[in-house]
Amino acid sequence: MRVKLLYFGVLKDLVGATEGAIELPDGATAGGLLRILRERTSNIQMEERLWQSLAVAVNRQYASPQQVLREDDEVALLPPVSGGGAGER
Amino acid sequence: MSIDSTRFSGKIEITDAPIVAEAIVAAIKAGGDGAVCVFDGIVRDNTLGRRTLYLDYEAYREMALEQMRGLAADAVARFGVRDVAMVHRLGRLEVGETSVLIVTASAHRAAAFDACRWLIDTLKKTVPIWKKETFADGAIWSDGEAFPEEIATASRGTLG
Repeated sequence: MRVKLLYFGVLKDLVGATEGAIELPDGATAGGLLRILRERTSNIQMEERLWQSLAVAVNRQYASPQQVLREDDEVALLPPVSGGGAGER
Repeated sequence: MSIDSTRFSGKIEITDAPIVAEAIVAAIKAGGDGAVCVFDGIVRDNTLGRRTLYLDYEAYREMALEQMRGLAADAVARFGVRDVAMVHRLGRLEVGETSVLIVTASAHRAAAFDACRWLIDTLKKTVPIWKKETFADGAIWSDGEAFPEEIATASRGTLG
């Protein structure tokens, strides 16, 4: 099956694209997708800290790692968000 | 997070145009309100002393809108405020411009203050919007805050 991928923020710059697609085995999960992506993108210089901080959204909802993906799902990789004002903590 | 964005019909927007706070505040007021609380998030001229020239905001637009509607509905349920308006701007913003405006209206001030504070704090951790800061001497994507516990991330051994 094939799912659509979306990249945002710093990830978009690192990957060099805003979207893509990936072929996955049937029954693949959100967590499984991240593992596969990590293996296939080892050429991309990405800090461990960034990988560890990523969340995944499937069809515009935050996903659990066990969530099973389906053909044509829209899967977004989300770095920690930084909306709002000027970075006040 | 189970967010049902169909529960809220108030003013929730993501816009590419300047945010006119006065109009949004004027529009929300109703007879039963005793308090309107406004959070106006603006672009600061520095981050930790490094001089900021401008910020570029981008969003996962459809998801961000759904998340914002869900937060507004949650704020009404949790704090008992009568109405909420939330508007976030995208694109390039100069120092002093409004990036986000949150307005809560309520019969009493405590609920309005509490809901407003909760909304901006939660928006900053969960709504998929990102900003790139351009300084006099370079540009970086803001680090952002870690996602709250109810959102799975790789670091918790829950993804990847």
